[in-house]
Amino acid sequence: MNENLFASFITPTMMGLPIVMLIIMFPSMLFPSTARLINNRLVSIQQWLIRMTTKQMMAIHNKKGQTWTLMLISLIMFIGSTNLLGLLPHSFTPTTQLSMNLGMAIPLWAGTVILGFRHKTKASLAHFLPQGTPLPLIPMLIIIETISLFIQPMALAVRLTANITAGHLLIHLIGGATLALMSISMTTAFITFIILILLTVLEFAVALIQAYVFTLLVSLYLHDNA
Amino acid sequence: MASFVPLKEKRLMEVKIGELPRWRLMQDFTPKGYHRYYNKYIHVKKGGIAGVSMVLAAYVFFNYCCSYKELKHEQRRKYR
Repeated sequence: MNENLFASFITPTMMGLPIVMLIIMFPSMLFPSTARLINNRLVSIQQWLIRMTTKQMMAIHNKKGQTWTLMLISLIMFIGSTNLLGLLPHSFTPTTQLSMNLGMAIPLWAGTVILGFRHKTKASLAHFLPQGTPLPLIPMLIIIETISLFIQPMALAVRLTANITAGHLLIHLIGGATLALMSISMTTAFITFIILILLTVLEFAVALIQAYVFTLLVSLYLHDNA
Repeated sequence: MASFVPLKEKRLMEVKIGELPRWRLMQDFTPKGYHRYYNKYIHVKKGGIAGVSMVLAAYVFFNYCCSYKELKHEQRRKYR
């Protein structure tokens, strides 16, 4: 059973060819682009959601930070749609792979840091030392702040990976438990089934929340540095 | 061209090998594939969730086919 539990996290291959690229590109098919003023229902709903998210997310930035709008909104759409699609049965979720999340987190974080260093060098360096620290503590505090700076991309990537993977694993486990309990005692199986339903609702929420958190943190790093 | 029927009207199987590049360029580019599905099920006045649901169902089926080999071991048997 252990091997079956993790089988859904193997990158899918078909006859030796990695089709994971197709699966990563699949969510883009669900967001049609259109050149009309009044669109069909699918596109209207998506546009309304995206406008709402954009206004909410980019309001805190200045003009310079708002040039990142396209990047951040595509990011939240990609992570949100990929996580939600992963809740379908048998599907593969690319965001469970640490490699992909690192690939998203490190360049974005590095971009914000480098931007800060180039345009507001003094202010960026000042982040390493909070105001009002006593003199003897300064060297240690600078080391701590450097470490906390470099841990930001790792935390971004690992947070997303761990949350989505843990959710999927729990669903597998509790689903398997429900099936196994059905032949032993129906009431226990029913209770487990209720737990499974609640968990699935939670997973839907987590899918969206994780996308939001990822993007929000990147935008916060941007706000500090832009 | 050594045939009486115009090249444009012929289907793929009837085109000779040497004429293939010219035949492809003269193809009638009406909406194919993605656009045909989109215009039929999604880009309608009162589209419901059926349009998107069919795509998602096909996606689930595709993933099931890909992982059939691993799932074969979990089929229901009388004695486990």
